[in-house]
Amino acid sequence: MTHHNKTVLGAWVTAIVAIAAFLAAAYAFTGGPAKPVPSPLTGVFLGKGKKCVAPVAIMRRYHMQFLLHQRDLTVHEGIRTQRFLLTNCVDCHADPKTNSVLGKHGFCASCHAYAAVQIDCFSCHSPHPQREQETATSAIALAPQHSRIAEMVSKTMVTELQSEPVDGPK
Amino acid sequence: MSLDRRQFLAVGGAVLASAALAPGMRLVELAEARSPDQAVTNAQRWGILVDTTRCAEGCSACVSACNKENGLQQNVRLDIRPQWIRTVTLQDEQTGYVQTLPMMCQHCEEPPCADVCPTGASFRRADGIVLVDRHICIGCRYCMMACPYKARSFVHENLTGQRADVPRGKGTVEGCNMCVHRVDEGRIPACVEACNYDGGKALTFGDMRDPASEIAKRLATQQSEEIRPNLNLDTGVRYQGL
Repeated sequence: MTHHNKTVLGAWVTAIVAIAAFLAAAYAFTGGPAKPVPSPLTGVFLGKGKKCVAPVAIMRRYHMQFLLHQRDLTVHEGIRTQRFLLTNCVDCHADPKTNSVLGKHGFCASCHAYAAVQIDCFSCHSPHPQREQETATSAIALAPQHSRIAEMVSKTMVTELQSEPVDGPK
Repeated sequence: MSLDRRQFLAVGGAVLASAALAPGMRLVELAEARSPDQAVTNAQRWGILVDTTRCAEGCSACVSACNKENGLQQNVRLDIRPQWIRTVTLQDEQTGYVQTLPMMCQHCEEPPCADVCPTGASFRRADGIVLVDRHICIGCRYCMMACPYKARSFVHENLTGQRADVPRGKGTVEGCNMCVHRVDEGRIPACVEACNYDGGKALTFGDMRDPASEIAKRLATQQSEEIRPNLNLDTGVRYQGL
């Protein structure tokens, strides 16, 4: 009988300790004092133009596919539409202070460092703007895009993104 | 291609201006100019004709123009210094006659570099320009061994300061791309421009398939030859006066 009581007591103590530990852990993860969520775009120069070449949510998710698609069209077929041309991205998004999209607060580098994505675009491509500010404006946002890229944007991505909130600092 | 109002006015203005200022000017070229959203086709074949009799010994206008246009830094070790075009001096041992000629990628119709490339990075564009797609080049250098003209080289070290129009980087093979970024804008290669400005006017660039172009007319009426014609590569760079 005594032995049985001790076992029950031990089980209770173990259960209470486990619940307390769980609550403490839960508090630490969620209920603690609210800390600001780290943002990759703190202090980052966003762009010279007023508007990006596609909605921000689309660009965030699919910019790499636009660049990949345009790169094959450009290198192999000589198609040089302005809209998703990397040189135009750099012209607009390069920070005027550093004259680059790289560096701690660079438009490309800061976000990829935050997301732990290592890109090697700029081991070959220039991270510095080539043209002056007046041509690197949102006029490119309205420039004609290649029909095959337009098709890709309109068919797959826009329908996928309809269920997602459209956000962004711009 | 859809034109917005500004582009329409610009094109219309160019047409009107050329019609008003130069009635004899051919408007066909303007009408046939490729818009940026059109793919290149084999209706054109870009080529360069070299008149070696006009190529002066000691002149290197084409080489320095190429280095400048493509951002080929020359302040690196000699054994890894990039060289997309070079001047070659030949001397006839019997007569002592010396001649100089530029040598670069010959932009073959049947390029051996593209034949041996294991990834498809070396390829011939539809309009005849032979290129390396550095995105898929693995740096194996088979093409360098296959090229009979030694026109390709390898980037051995990390680079900085590339030109925005001419991406280049470590671990890939490179060579003359006939200034493809300029040709796509309707301009002529930097070497040809420099030769016509500073040099002996030895280089002529144009569409070999356009019977009205200067290069096609001269190829049709004057003697010219390929270097190593026995290889049957049908080069896009042809020489006169060898």
